[in-house]
Amino acid sequence: MTIDKPPRPGGSELASAAARRPASPIAFRLDPASGVPTYLQLVQQVEHALRLGYLKPGDQLPKVRDAVASLAINPNTVLKAYRDLETKGLVAGRPGQGTFIRATLSRVALPELAELRRSLLVWLATAGAAGLDEDGIVALVTSALRDLREPRGEREGVA
Amino acid sequence: MNAVETNDLGKRYGNAWALRECTLAIPAGHVAALVGPNGAGKSTLLNLVVGLAAPSAGIVTVLDGQPAGSAAALDGVAFVAQDAPLYKNLTASEMLHLTRNLNRNFDEGYAKGRLRELGIPLDRKAGKLSGGQQSQLALSLALARRPQLLVLDEPMAMLDPLARHDFMATVMAAIADHGLSVVLSSHVLTELERVADYLVLISHGNVQVAGVVDDLLARHRVLTGPAVEADSYAERLNLVHAQRGEAQAHMLVRIDARTGPVPPGWETHPVSLEELTLAYLREPDAAWLPGPGRALRLEPTEVAN
Repeated sequence: MTIDKPPRPGGSELASAAARRPASPIAFRLDPASGVPTYLQLVQQVEHALRLGYLKPGDQLPKVRDAVASLAINPNTVLKAYRDLETKGLVAGRPGQGTFIRATLSRVALPELAELRRSLLVWLATAGAAGLDEDGIVALVTSALRDLREPRGEREGVA
Repeated sequence: MNAVETNDLGKRYGNAWALRECTLAIPAGHVAALVGPNGAGKSTLLNLVVGLAAPSAGIVTVLDGQPAGSAAALDGVAFVAQDAPLYKNLTASEMLHLTRNLNRNFDEGYAKGRLRELGIPLDRKAGKLSGGQQSQLALSLALARRPQLLVLDEPMAMLDPLARHDFMATVMAAIADHGLSVVLSSHVLTELERVADYLVLISHGNVQVAGVVDDLLARHRVLTGPAVEADSYAERLNLVHAQRGEAQAHMLVRIDARTGPVPPGWETHPVSLEELTLAYLREPDAAWLPGPGRALRLEPTEVAN
């Protein structure tokens, strides 16, 4: 993907930013009511996009200036989020170019992911037929995940 | 380098002190929010910083020691006062011409480009523009001067939500492009949370809180627990503000060496900038001043990165 920075120095940067195609596959949004600090919301959105395959190694994150101009937030907040992602080894900054994805969080290929999703839907239908509502399913999955992580824990299943 | 530095700064109007014993050091590269109740001295402080008023006591300097109002300071500082100060009978183009001729630095290309993007007709009189356009015009003229320090006094008070967002986006983009420092006063706490990384809280003409926002948030907590224990526990704490019901109490406290582990039955929560600001505004006697700038320089461990 090429980024054609306008030659006019100090010219109408905002207009050209709007006119040119976005360099990044994702755009950030903010939820002021979430109570999650702004920088952490950006970090979580990148991780989420990585898990779902919206972002792949080599993809560019939104340029700091573009994120700042669209969200009206302090540039330091975006820089802090990108530093955090860099520390986690997920992204790397290229001087003068921007910040790029270097690792992925989803270790599963897309076709496999689709197959897993299909079998999960079958299971969800079974759970629904057995009388579990959405909250009950979430509780059961959360508790099963915990058992998977801590096999010694002898928890009772959700009644 | 400090964007703004004051030492025992005071301003008296007649017999009344609008601001007194104000000692501050706002490091460069920050967006500093100036917060306080009406009549606390915010506008007075900003007028002193930009050199529109002369101090009755003390010193105020900008951009690493330039006396406020000096020629060197004026070149590096841009100010947008409340209510978008424009000559209402001049057209946008005439305002641009005037500002260019009154200033040594003026990036006409930037100013014209901004007005074009904003859809502000150059031949329209400033007074006939919408509130949002007027404030954007004033801001564009200020930014076209390529200031190192931008001072904004209640810049968004008259704007609708969309115009506020666009106004702040313009300021933040200018920071990303040119790395200027910003000091702005505002009443809208939720908006400051997104933009400000340095907080200065003023009440009754005194500085009550000053510090890097991340640092302030890291050093305050809300403790929630049984109301009956609140008083005895508070004696061991640096309490800023307490809210209590019949059974449960919330205490906003400052974390320090005395704080110690939280006793059983008590929970600890992080605090938001809005919550912190409100707590201090409700308790004018509580103060958080991590030492004035000169002390900060001597103790680099106090400076948050």
